[in-house]
Amino acid sequence: MVTRAAAVTREVFGQTLLALGKENPDIVAVGGDLNVSTFAYLFGREFPARFFDLGPAEQNMMSIAAGLAFSGKIPFANTFAVFGTGRPYDQIRVGIAQTGANVKIIGSHSGITVGEDGVSAQAIEDIALMCALPGFHVIVPSDGPETAQAVRVAAKERGPFYLRLSRLATPVLHADGSSFRLGRAEVMRQGLDLTLIACGIMVAAALEAAETLARTGVQARVLNVATLQPLDREAILQAARETGAIVTAEEHYINGGLGSMVASVVAQGYPAPVEMVALHRYAESGAPAQLLAKYGLTAADVERAARRVMTRKGK
Amino acid sequence: MVSVTSDARGAQRSPSPVKASSHGTPTTPSPNYRQLREIARAVRRDILLSITEAGSGHPGGSLSEADILVALYWCVLRHDPRNPAWGDRDRLILSKGHACPGLYTVLAHRGYFPKADLSTFRKLGSHLQGHAKMGTPGVEMSSGSLGQGLSFGVGVALAGRLDGRSYRTYVLLGDGECDEGQVWEAAMSAAHYKVDTLTAIVDRNRIQNDRFTREVMELEPLDAKWRAFGWRVLEIDGHSFPALLRALRQAQETEGQPTVIIARTTKGKGVSFMENNPAFHGRAPTKEQLAQALGEVGFSRAEASAAMKELGFPEAKIAEWTGLMPEG
Repeated sequence: MVTRAAAVTREVFGQTLLALGKENPDIVAVGGDLNVSTFAYLFGREFPARFFDLGPAEQNMMSIAAGLAFSGKIPFANTFAVFGTGRPYDQIRVGIAQTGANVKIIGSHSGITVGEDGVSAQAIEDIALMCALPGFHVIVPSDGPETAQAVRVAAKERGPFYLRLSRLATPVLHADGSSFRLGRAEVMRQGLDLTLIACGIMVAAALEAAETLARTGVQARVLNVATLQPLDREAILQAARETGAIVTAEEHYINGGLGSMVASVVAQGYPAPVEMVALHRYAESGAPAQLLAKYGLTAADVERAARRVMTRKGK
Repeated sequence: MVSVTSDARGAQRSPSPVKASSHGTPTTPSPNYRQLREIARAVRRDILLSITEAGSGHPGGSLSEADILVALYWCVLRHDPRNPAWGDRDRLILSKGHACPGLYTVLAHRGYFPKADLSTFRKLGSHLQGHAKMGTPGVEMSSGSLGQGLSFGVGVALAGRLDGRSYRTYVLLGDGECDEGQVWEAAMSAAHYKVDTLTAIVDRNRIQNDRFTREVMELEPLDAKWRAFGWRVLEIDGHSFPALLRALRQAQETEGQPTVIIARTTKGKGVSFMENNPAFHGRAPTKEQLAQALGEVGFSRAEASAAMKELGFPEAKIAEWTGLMPEG
């Protein structure tokens, strides 16, 4: 259920990593001079010998993480999403993805809601980049409790993970505890007229849009796709079969993200109209709320997309 | 003074040139210099055969690094070919992954996998990929994209320190590879974290893919660069076993900082038309060139035939290729 409570997913990550560090001595952390921002410093303060700040040298960081992983450690490599994906992409591709290394990459400050820092810091391509790596687990938690669960699952499951976190506090959607399961989408709200499929901060927007739609008699299902890879194809196809219309919503460029992948599944398995709420260009500096409004990532944008897809469904 | 006995093969506690073999595995023999040169000659022969059979590959850097790898795998590394995943093994990380024929051949000669596999190099279904890839017994890291091995080695060495293990980590770099910025990120971090169990070896053959390193990107003063990054620097003749073993022992004895051995080598070492010839960085010899090369490395027709047989070549090809060699 949605509450008024909020949590900062990157802070939840830091607290969970600290807890995991106490449980498992093989957990180590590598960072790139942003350990305060990512809250990895909580782990480093408690376990200085297991914490390696490598400065802003992300290529080195990723290859060191691979070396640690193949020597029995479970390294969490943390930095901003832009610096943890695109910048060291080849090191991730050859050293972590192609080898199936047990490395957990934490990309905080993702999307445009990093805000005032501007486009260089706004990762809107990272989902596409990481989902283009076969075998990589890609998780975009929707709130704090789901982040805590996902971090624990990443530590427990072998193989490479990418977790995409946010800078801002986000509403707590799983106040009664997250039931996050790797590779499984979660129905957050039942409905049979259409399905809103979202990830990350856009899940809250989708839930808000569903409330608004319900007031006009439209019952929208809301599907939280926290695991982008491997994608829960069955839940998406079920949504296409049972509701016949889909809106996707993500804080990411329109190409190669959640919308692209959902459309691919639907087109191959059960064709149905799809509308996408996503970014269509690079943004700019500004307050996060202003950016979300200007670049079309609000609950109202999701609602408008829902009206469009319902019109197409009717034809 | 390095002491290598002439009759030490199989001896349990013979005087050893380096610390590691004194607590090494039973599989670690201690060949003398003459034997090492013989081993290296056979390694060069099989490098040439596997690349010629593949029809592509990188002979120049494989031949230049051969003596370094022979010194490591026969005299220095604490390893067990029957148990490549042994937790306390010393690690050799081949960062210059294109020179994998050198590593594959050495691993096959040490018994990590059958020598016959060498004739499957670069072929569909073979575990011997075009650039080194984890999955081949003894291959510690997937490479082929330059500049990543030293960082990986820092991670391996740091993990060993955390676990209180005594293994050492060696990373073999190309000199052209040092153009990659990541090498210097890694160098800085290894010195910062005082990873003295880490040894880098630069195969300084002075040729990279396109041309001579001084023409593509000047590396000198290379020793001063490493020193400025906080490393102990040893510069040696990379084809001299006494020099290699002495430097590797000095690296082991170094405390508080990592060591780099700049091994001056000759690209294409042992084959006249490949030596110092950028054309053979990444090109396979023809069968006629192979025949000449095998002769130059010092093999007769009969010896080459026997080697090809061991590598699993069919009789017809053995006859054809060795038939191109000069008589005698």
